[in-house]
Amino acid sequence: MQGLREYLQSYHSCPDIEIVEWEKQEGIVDVPPRDLPEILTYCLAMRPRPIWLTHVVNDERQLGRGFCLYLVLHFPGMDFSLTLGAKGINDEFPSLAKIFPALNWSEREAQDLFGLHAVGHPDPRSLVLHPGWPKGFHPLRKDYKTGEEGKNFKRAPLVFPEMHGDGIFQVPVGPIHAGIIEPGHFRFYAIGEPVLHLEAQLFYTHKGIEKLVEGRSIEEGLRIIERVCGVCALSHGLAYCEAVEKLANVKVSRSALLWRTILAELERVYNHIGDIGNMCAGVGFAIGNANGSQSKEKLQRLNLKFFGHRFLRGMVVPGGVKSILNSKDCQTLLSQLLEIAKDFEEWIPLLLHHDGFRQRAVTTGVLKSESAVDMGVTGPAARASGIANDWRELHAHLLYPELNLQSMVEQEGDCWSRLVVRVKEARESFRFLQTLLEEGMTESEGKSDTSNPFSSRKLRPWQPAWGCVESPRGTDVVWLMVDEEAKIYRCRIRSASYANWPAVPLTVPGNIVPDFPLINKSFELCYSCCDR
Amino acid sequence: MNLLLRKLKMGRLTEKGGNSLTNQKPSKLPSSFRQSLQARHLDCGSCNGCDWELTALGNSFYDHQHLGIDFVASPRHADLLMCTGPGSTQLLMAAHETYEAMPRPKWVVAVGDCAIDGGVFRGAYACEEGIGKVLTVDVEIPGCPPKPEDIIKALLEFMGKR
Ligand code: SF4
Repeated sequence: MQGLREYLQSYHSCPDIEIVEWEKQEGIVDVPPRDLPEILTYCLAMRPRPIWLTHVVNDERQLGRGFCLYLVLHFPGMDFSLTLGAKGINDEFPSLAKIFPALNWSEREAQDLFGLHAVGHPDPRSLVLHPGWPKGFHPLRKDYKTGEEGKNFKRAPLVFPEMHGDGIFQVPVGPIHAGIIEPGHFRFYAIGEPVLHLEAQLFYTHKGIEKLVEGRSIEEGLRIIERVCGVCALSHGLAYCEAVEKLANVKVSRSALLWRTILAELERVYNHIGDIGNMCAGVGFAIGNANGSQSKEKLQRLNLKFFGHRFLRGMVVPGGVKSILNSKDCQTLLSQLLEIAKDFEEWIPLLLHHDGFRQRAVTTGVLKSESAVDMGVTGPAARASGIANDWRELHAHLLYPELNLQSMVEQEGDCWSRLVVRVKEARESFRFLQTLLEEGMTESEGKSDTSNPFSSRKLRPWQPAWGCVESPRGTDVVWLMVDEEAKIYRCRIRSASYANWPAVPLTVPGNIVPDFPLINKSFELCYSCCDR
Repeated sequence: MNLLLRKLKMGRLTEKGGNSLTNQKPSKLPSSFRQSLQARHLDCGSCNGCDWELTALGNSFYDHQHLGIDFVASPRHADLLMCTGPGSTQLLMAAHETYEAMPRPKWVVAVGDCAIDGGVFRGAYACEEGIGKVLTVDVEIPGCPPKPEDIIKALLEFMGKR
């Protein structure tokens, strides 16, 4: 990363750029807000092109730094992550959305929640807060204390683009849908059968979690962060704990790393298999759906039996894991997993060789590789569009370097590719679990060193730190800053769903409305961790 | 052939839910509702944990349909509104409309700690402290999330079958 460092140092030979920290894998650099567009343009021209991890706005006026903006980029291949911090923002900052469309939503969110103005944003409509909140309601400003505003919310009509022409009509769907699904409003602009344009209005489940955790202790925060999302509970919790550990300068023991890796793979495998089944539900393919949901249930029962929670909540704690299995339990867990893996290989050909299903999924809902790059798409959705972007491979963490992990890539970007990526990754996860659990068996014989005198550690206040985990849906990023009493000052949750949702409407035009359920399920995004 | 074997294997998993055909206990439900209930799910800002457990009721282990419980697509067809989540402010209007769209008599179930009293989300600026603050709740199913067994048990009790 020498080139980048020199560029920043010699930038306009400008004294305002300050390299706060520059280590092997991570750098923090303070830059003046006005220079952000130029520096970002430079970074994006580097090859391999960097990906975005998170974009955070924070109200640090109490510290005399005004509003601050943190943009975290990761440079693949070099395993280096750079935090660009722009301090001293008063009421506006230059929009970067035109340079890097992935930041579109994040900037709109900052406008809503902080009342700042993203100058030059191409689509400055409100995003997180629906029309109808009292004027001047910007809840993430520190001077806003949670009160009665919710009661003053008077639902006002949502704003959608208009479209005119012969034979064009709109199909509004939601926010409440027909099945057991989360709420969101979709508006299809169609001409005859094919869709011309789709507007997705989300954030119906917005609760204000990022404000809620402010002022809480690390432990209370963890309880809430694990409940940002049901099915990626472990990934969110783990990302949060990683951020906490960075602030505490704690090294996690190898045994804890092992069990964290096992848990992360267990979460992936039950989700991927369930999601494969759900894709079948999206086209009414009953046997596929039944098999997927059945295997998912078996896996969740293992979660409950061995780790006490069907969604693996409560297992990861700052500094380690809550408990580990003894070698007998490891053995049982492994043999039951292998049985499920065998069963998976029995039923998965039914799907993969089913012509009717193939015909629905192949060429449906194509996400172009360029769009995926521009929109900062992550997870199976990116990998199905030819982008080898898997946080487990990009960044050496947990025990992944030892597993020789490789991103599972498909080129077509259609629903079928997203299915195939999941199938391959599920197989890989079973394989990893076998290796890991075999190590677990020998390991738990002697020392079970997972307890960690964490609470006595002091956290570095007012420092930015992030944690990142490849969840089944893509990279989840938790960004954290604490105050002197180790209470949460700001916590930003950028889930994989948040990164991927803006790309979904791009894949729909040209397809017919009845294909939307399949397209939607092939991304299988959560609403809750997007809306927070 | 493979498909056929698979189908046979699949059909043998459903767990027996006791004698679910006869009513053994009193229930406040009118007798015509005690044999079968049609439910509509309503996500009021849940973390989706509870939603996935409701989905799980349909898998071959629980198979809610054999107990006379089914999920319907329209509130017009529903007897029961199964709410998850604390009641997020931006959804409340739609939640009311869903409730209003149901024919009488109708009942509301609060699924999960959030729906009962806001759970961990109590005090957030854009949600209620439980769905009971906006709709009258008839059955509460605690848990974060409640296990599928717990949900089935609560519903069967409500129907007087357990
Ligand atoms: S009760 Fe728990 S699982 Fe259910 S919606 Fe609330 S936080 Fe999620």
